[in-house]
Amino acid sequence: MCLAVPAKIVELQGTAATISVEGALREVDVSLIEEPRLGDFVLVHAGFAIHKWDQSEVDEWEAIRAGMGLPGVVP
Amino acid sequence: MKHDRILLAHGGGGALTHELIEKVFAPAFDLGTLEDSAVVEFAGQRLAFTTDSYVVKPYLFPGGDIGKLAVCGTVNDLAVQGAQPLWLSLGMILEEGLPLADLQKIVASIKTTAEEVGVKVVTGDTKVVERGKCEGLYINTAGIGRVVTEQPLGSSQVRPGDTVVVSGLLGEHGVAVMSRREGIAFQTSVVSDCAPLWQLVKTVVDSGAEVHAMRDPTRGGLAATVCDFARVSQVGIRLQETALPVSPAVRGACDLLGLDPLSIANEGKLVVVCRGADAERVVQAMRSVPIGRGAVVVGEVIEKPKGLALLRTAIGGERIIDMPTGEDLPRIC
Amino acid sequence: MGGDPRRDGIAGSGALKTLVPMLDTLARRVGRDVNLMEVCGTHTMTAFRSGLRQLMPKSVHLISGPGCPVCVTDTNYIDAAIALCRRSDVIVATFGDLMRVPGSESSLERERAAGADVRVVYSPTDAVALARENSGKKIVFLGVGFETTAPTVAASIATASKDGLKNFFVLAAHKTMPQALEALLRDQQVKIDGFICPGHVTVITGAAMYRFICEKYRIPCVVGGFEPFDMLKAAEMLLAQIADGRAEVEIEYSRSVNDRGNVAAQKLMAEVFEECDAGWRGIGNIPRSGLTIRAKYAAFDAVPSLGVQFEPARPHPGCRCGDVLRGVITPLDCKLFGKACTPTEPFGPCMVSSEGTCAAYFKYGKRAAA
Repeated sequence: MCLAVPAKIVELQGTAATISVEGALREVDVSLIEEPRLGDFVLVHAGFAIHKWDQSEVDEWEAIRAGMGLPGVVP
Repeated sequence: MKHDRILLAHGGGGALTHELIEKVFAPAFDLGTLEDSAVVEFAGQRLAFTTDSYVVKPYLFPGGDIGKLAVCGTVNDLAVQGAQPLWLSLGMILEEGLPLADLQKIVASIKTTAEEVGVKVVTGDTKVVERGKCEGLYINTAGIGRVVTEQPLGSSQVRPGDTVVVSGLLGEHGVAVMSRREGIAFQTSVVSDCAPLWQLVKTVVDSGAEVHAMRDPTRGGLAATVCDFARVSQVGIRLQETALPVSPAVRGACDLLGLDPLSIANEGKLVVVCRGADAERVVQAMRSVPIGRGAVVVGEVIEKPKGLALLRTAIGGERIIDMPTGEDLPRIC
Repeated sequence: MGGDPRRDGIAGSGALKTLVPMLDTLARRVGRDVNLMEVCGTHTMTAFRSGLRQLMPKSVHLISGPGCPVCVTDTNYIDAAIALCRRSDVIVATFGDLMRVPGSESSLERERAAGADVRVVYSPTDAVALARENSGKKIVFLGVGFETTAPTVAASIATASKDGLKNFFVLAAHKTMPQALEALLRDQQVKIDGFICPGHVTVITGAAMYRFICEKYRIPCVVGGFEPFDMLKAAEMLLAQIADGRAEVEIEYSRSVNDRGNVAAQKLMAEVFEECDAGWRGIGNIPRSGLTIRAKYAAFDAVPSLGVQFEPARPHPGCRCGDVLRGVITPLDCKLFGKACTPTEPFGPCMVSSEGTCAAYFKYGKRAAA
């Protein structure tokens, strides 16, 4: 249980952020994350960001996806 | 639990729809192998005859509207039986309170799309129901076309050694429409791929390739199509996950909501099952037409397991592609 | 299906190609059959959708435990939700996962077909929005899920409280992992040699939560992510521990998981919820494995506020979901599987849930007769 997807914060106002999962946009609540910033990658579950990835963690995920022939982050 | 009432899932084009047809409609009528349209003989000609109803909500969506959908959907059901679309009927059920401007927009869309395809709307009907009894409007159509292909076409004609080709990106229509559903609300750049397929079909047929089956993978997506083909022809079909054409935007929406692009509706895509040796010819023919420019081979037909569709996954495993149950429900788990 | 999928299909570079042979090497070192249990429905799904089991050594059995919150929800919860949705002044808002779960006689999907106002939402915040938009109705959100979901529901209750909403309620049935894992280990019939721990639950709780399992029961725990690669890697790490005779908490999903977890989420959960005993379908009562809404937030708790009654749970005869959930049998051992119980006409939650073991077996792999 627990579908959570990596998503990028593309808009931010207080605790309301718009995140993008490869272009699919959705408003989510970021109150559970410390110091969210525009451009951050977060894990989104049920409309909430539950964890923030730093760049090394994004890189690790991209490497895993590439290793399986699947797309990672869309530029 | 046996169902004693109609559920939304009965209209999903998947397992429950099939059950409904098999248990309620097929025993009453001679419906043949349940292809997208019926081929009938009349005065020495083979005619294709189809009917469809359109209840899409919302009736105006990114990339189209219910009118365009009605023409394309009907025309495509004829096209995949190798029939040139000729005449359409148009039955409109309008909800009390529907804005006239919306109706005019939809009618204009029907006119434009019909002209683009070269099909004539020759007869129609209008009914109005009370506010709340339908969602804006519903459209029913019937379509007649002339079969131009010589070879037998249909879900019973699929053979081991055949190749499965799709004309382009999967899941666009379903994602575009879902983004407008209440309670789910997400924004996407994805627009419906709603388009008429006759030109594409004609190009494929004219290429001289030996085509065994064609379908437009609407409700239930590509999954429903290959499950049907495998079951009716009693063959196996194996698709390659890494070959499936899915745009990042559709993949993102599916990842967000927990959906599978294989089972999401398309309204402007063609699936062709052809003799293996003709696969490249079919791909090139498709790519020569604008809506087919993304055509790719996605799989092959095998002898066993009979009646099942399989997916060779990205990591080299294999799983069964199951007939979608009906409703695409977003999930958190 | 010609060729060996394990050799032919391994796509991409480096990591995945070396992982499978490494699993074989470790399995030989271990030298006996082992059961690795994952306790997360999303792990069950990943394994099936990717065909992962075909890449695992034959002596390593990946079994699915009670990690699907829908599957472990008792029938009487669905019955209570159905009783609520039959009230004309109530809108029931739910995750899609619950729509088709059978109660004793009906399901939310069938109730909707019969005219009840049941709405599928993606987030509890959508349910709060429904409450704002429908002031004349009572909105009841069905709060199921483990520690990943509970904070999101807690946040919604906190928001409703702050904004003084009078028509938002939650019917809470949240459950927590640690006591369930212990109950499984104490179950005589279940044989587990290692746990693949749920990645996103642990994002919230922190991995330190599993240490007592290693210390008390000497069972290794690896917190795994959700790409197929992650699960294979987690299996590798477990096999290495078993081969070495170690029993430690390790984190495979290091890009998302650490020892501490999400403190803000933990605080919010503690503010709104408190521990309680909970009934797990097929397992029975597990003390301190549930979350109930604190008295302070009783105004948002559907049970006292709307007079909800829970009937005693009545399982279907012949349904062996409980044994499947505990990993004692596979769906193939249940007489109903694939015959009386199918995804379109399910008996128990294991078949109807999108993550249920029986649904996964049916959709993605094994059929009884095939």
